[in-house]
Amino acid sequence: MANGLAGTTLRIDLRNGEIKRFPTDESLYRNWHGGRGIIAKILYDEVPRDADPLGEENILILNAGIMSGSFIPAGSKVSFGSISPLTNGHGDSNMGGHLGPMLKFAGYDMVIFEGISPHPVYLYIDNEKVELRDASKYWGMKSLECEARLKKDLGEDFEIATIGPAGENGVLFSCITHDFGRQAGRTGQGAVMGSKKLKAIAIRGNRSLHVHDLKGLRKQVKGIIERTKVHPNMEPWQKYGTSFFMRWSNDNAVLPAYNFRTTYYPDVDKIDGDQLVEKCLITHKACFGCWMNCGKYTKAVIPGKPEVHLEGPEYETGSTCGSNLGMKDINHVAYINWLVDELGMDSMSSGGVIAFAMECFERGLITEKDLEGHTLKWGSVDDVEHFLDMVVNKRGIGEWFAQGTKRAAEKIGRGSEKFAMQVKGQELSGYDGRWAPGMLLSYMTADIGAHHNRSWTITVDIAEGREKVEGRAKIVVYLQHIRPLFDTWCICRLFWGELDITHEELVESLNYITGWGVSVEETLRISEKIWNLNRCHYIERNRANGRFFDYPPARSWEDKIPDGPGKGKGLTKEQIEKMLDEYYDARGWDRQGNPTREVLEDLGIGYAADNLEKLGFLGKPIPGGIPPVRGEKYKPKAF
Amino acid sequence: MRIKVNRNKCTGCRLCLQICAIEHFQEINPKKAALRIEAKFPDPGRFRPYVCTQCGKCAEVCPEEAIQENENGAYIVDKEKCTNCGECVQACPVGVVFQHPDLDYVIICDFCMECIGVCNTSALVPWEKAPKTLTKEV
Repeated sequence: MANGLAGTTLRIDLRNGEIKRFPTDESLYRNWHGGRGIIAKILYDEVPRDADPLGEENILILNAGIMSGSFIPAGSKVSFGSISPLTNGHGDSNMGGHLGPMLKFAGYDMVIFEGISPHPVYLYIDNEKVELRDASKYWGMKSLECEARLKKDLGEDFEIATIGPAGENGVLFSCITHDFGRQAGRTGQGAVMGSKKLKAIAIRGNRSLHVHDLKGLRKQVKGIIERTKVHPNMEPWQKYGTSFFMRWSNDNAVLPAYNFRTTYYPDVDKIDGDQLVEKCLITHKACFGCWMNCGKYTKAVIPGKPEVHLEGPEYETGSTCGSNLGMKDINHVAYINWLVDELGMDSMSSGGVIAFAMECFERGLITEKDLEGHTLKWGSVDDVEHFLDMVVNKRGIGEWFAQGTKRAAEKIGRGSEKFAMQVKGQELSGYDGRWAPGMLLSYMTADIGAHHNRSWTITVDIAEGREKVEGRAKIVVYLQHIRPLFDTWCICRLFWGELDITHEELVESLNYITGWGVSVEETLRISEKIWNLNRCHYIERNRANGRFFDYPPARSWEDKIPDGPGKGKGLTKEQIEKMLDEYYDARGWDRQGNPTREVLEDLGIGYAADNLEKLGFLGKPIPGGIPPVRGEKYKPKAF
Repeated sequence: MRIKVNRNKCTGCRLCLQICAIEHFQEINPKKAALRIEAKFPDPGRFRPYVCTQCGKCAEVCPEEAIQENENGAYIVDKEKCTNCGECVQACPVGVVFQHPDLDYVIICDFCMECIGVCNTSALVPWEKAPKTLTKEV
C-alpha cells in the first residue's frame, strides 16, 4: 500500500492463542488517523461498558499510527490503548524509541490483544512469522532486565517492549517499557498487559514502507532538517533534553515540590539539567528518525548501591520524582528513575504516589509500623526504595498505594483526599497549576486524567495573565485538539513547539505520506471527534454527569503557594467553577459537562448521543446553539 | 572522499539508514541501507555507526569480479554480475556489506554522502584527506 500503512492488522486471542490477520482498513485510518484515534474508536465499539479493566473483556491495542516509521523526523511513536484501570475510561499512552517503526517494517499496522492467556506468553514477530511464545522464564524479571535477556535470546535487532513486576502484579500505574528507557507510562497500560499475562512483545522486520509521494516527503523533510539545524533551541535541546526545564519551571512557580505543596524548590540547582549532564550523562540517545536527541542515557552512582544505567531523568521524572520528593542530588533522582523503570511503573504517577505517601507519613496518617519499621521522609532514597518494594509486591499498605493516589486516599481518609494530587484517578504531571489556571483546567478536563500532553498552557498563562481565568478555556480546547493529533499520527510533539515546525507543515507531510489531501481544519475536527467520543465513553462507563469528574484535589484552591516567586498565589473555587463553565460552553457541552447531540452529530458520532441519551447523560440543548468552531487558535511558545 | 565516523556522537536516530535506502531504492527501509548502527544497551550504553572504509576486501574476494573501485574510491557492485554469493559479506571487516531478501545482489556504500546531510550530531562527516590504508573506523 502506498499510503504509509504496512497493510496488515493482527488480532490475537490470548485465551486460545489464535492469531488472525486482516487487511488494514484504510477507511478506519481516514476517519480516525490512527494511534489514539483508532484506539478510541475500537475501545468504544468493542469493550462492554461494565468490563473490568483488568478482566477478560478489556482489550489491549498496539497501533503505530499513520506517520510512524515514515522518514518524517521523530516519526517514532507507537500507542498502546485499553480501558484504563486508573481512570476507568479510555486509556492510551505512547512511547518513542523504535517499536512503532519496526512494527510497520515487519508488515503490521496494529495488534489487538483479546482475553487473558492461561500462562505467561510473549508475542514474537519476525516479518510474516507471528507466534505467541511461552514466557515463563521471563515472568518475574524486571523491565530492563527482561529486554536485555530477550535481545540476547532472540537477537540484537529485535525491538522489544516489556512489563516489569509492577505490571505482573497489577500495580495500576504500571507502564510498558522499550529501548531501555522509553515508556508508555500513563493510564496503566502495563497493568492491563500484565493482567493478560503478556510479558513482552518482540518485533523484527525488514520490509519497506511505501508512501504516496516519497519525493515530496523527502524534499520537505530535508528542508525541515536543514532549517532546524540552526534553530536556537536545537543546541540546548540536544544537550539537555527536557531537563533544562527544571530551573525555568522553578523560576516561573510551576515546579511541584513536596507533593505539590509549593512551587519553589531552592535546591533545584542540585537536580537540574546541568547536574544531569555533568554527573550522569553516558550518551545522548534519540528515538527513530529524530534529530533532536532529547534522550539522555545516564548512570546513577550512589555509595553503597550498585551503579545503574537508565534513560533520564527528563523533566517530568526530574520534577515528579525529584523536587516533588525533596531529592537534593541528581544521582538520587536518577536512581529512583531507574527503580521505577525496572519495576515497570510510570515515573510520573510513581512520583505522585510516593510524594503523597511521604506527606501522609509526615502528617502521621501512616506510620513506621505501617511501613514495616521504615520511615518515609522527604529526600530519602532508601525510604523510597523500601516503600516501592512494598508497593510492587502489594505488602501491607503497599496494596493501597499500588492502586494510585485516589484509591489510596479513599483507604487512608482523614482528609488526605485534599492532597492526593490526581484527577480521574491519574496523578498530575510535573506542573502545578495554581498560578497557571489554563494548566489546571487542562489537567481537570483531560480525557485520560491529569496529564500535560493533552494541553500545556503555562506560556499561555504567563502571556495572557496568570491571575485571569477568563478566556483561557477556548485556548485549552484548541490545544486539546492540536496536541493529541501527534499521538494520533504517532509522531513526537516536541519539535512542533520547540523548533517552530507548523501544524500546516505536518499536515503537508501527512498528505505526502497518505495521499489523502486533508486540510488543517479537518485534522482538528478529527481530533475533536476523538475527544468527544472519549468523553462520552467516560460518562457511559462511570455513570454521572461529566462535571462531577472534572475537579482537581482541594489543595488546588484551598492552599495558596506558600513561598517563592508564586508566594500567595492561587485560585478560588469560584474561579475553578467559572473556568469549567467557560470550558463546557467552548466545547458546546452543557454546564453539567455532558456533550450535546448537536456537537456529536456535527462531528459524525451521533451514535454516541443515542447512547448517552439512553443513560440520561446527554447534554441539554444549548440556548442559542453550539459554537460553530470549538476552540480558539493559539500557538504557545514552548512544548 | 570517505566518511569519518565520530563514534561517540551517534545518538542512534537512524536517519542515515532511512535516507540511504530512500536514495538508492526509493523505499523507506533501514534494512536496505549500506551502513549500520550498533546499539549496546544497557551496558555500556553507546551507539556505534559502521560505514565502509574503502578497504577493498569485498572486491578482493568477489569470485565474479562484480565489485569495482570507481574514481572516488568507492566500491561499486555490478548488479548484473553479482550472484549474491555472500563472500564479500563474510570478508568485510566492519560488517557493512548487506544482503536483503528483496534483492539478488549485495548492498555496498557508493559514497553518495546523503547520510552526512541528515546527521545532526556530526557523527558522520566528510573526510576528504583520509589515509588510504586505514581499515578501521575512527
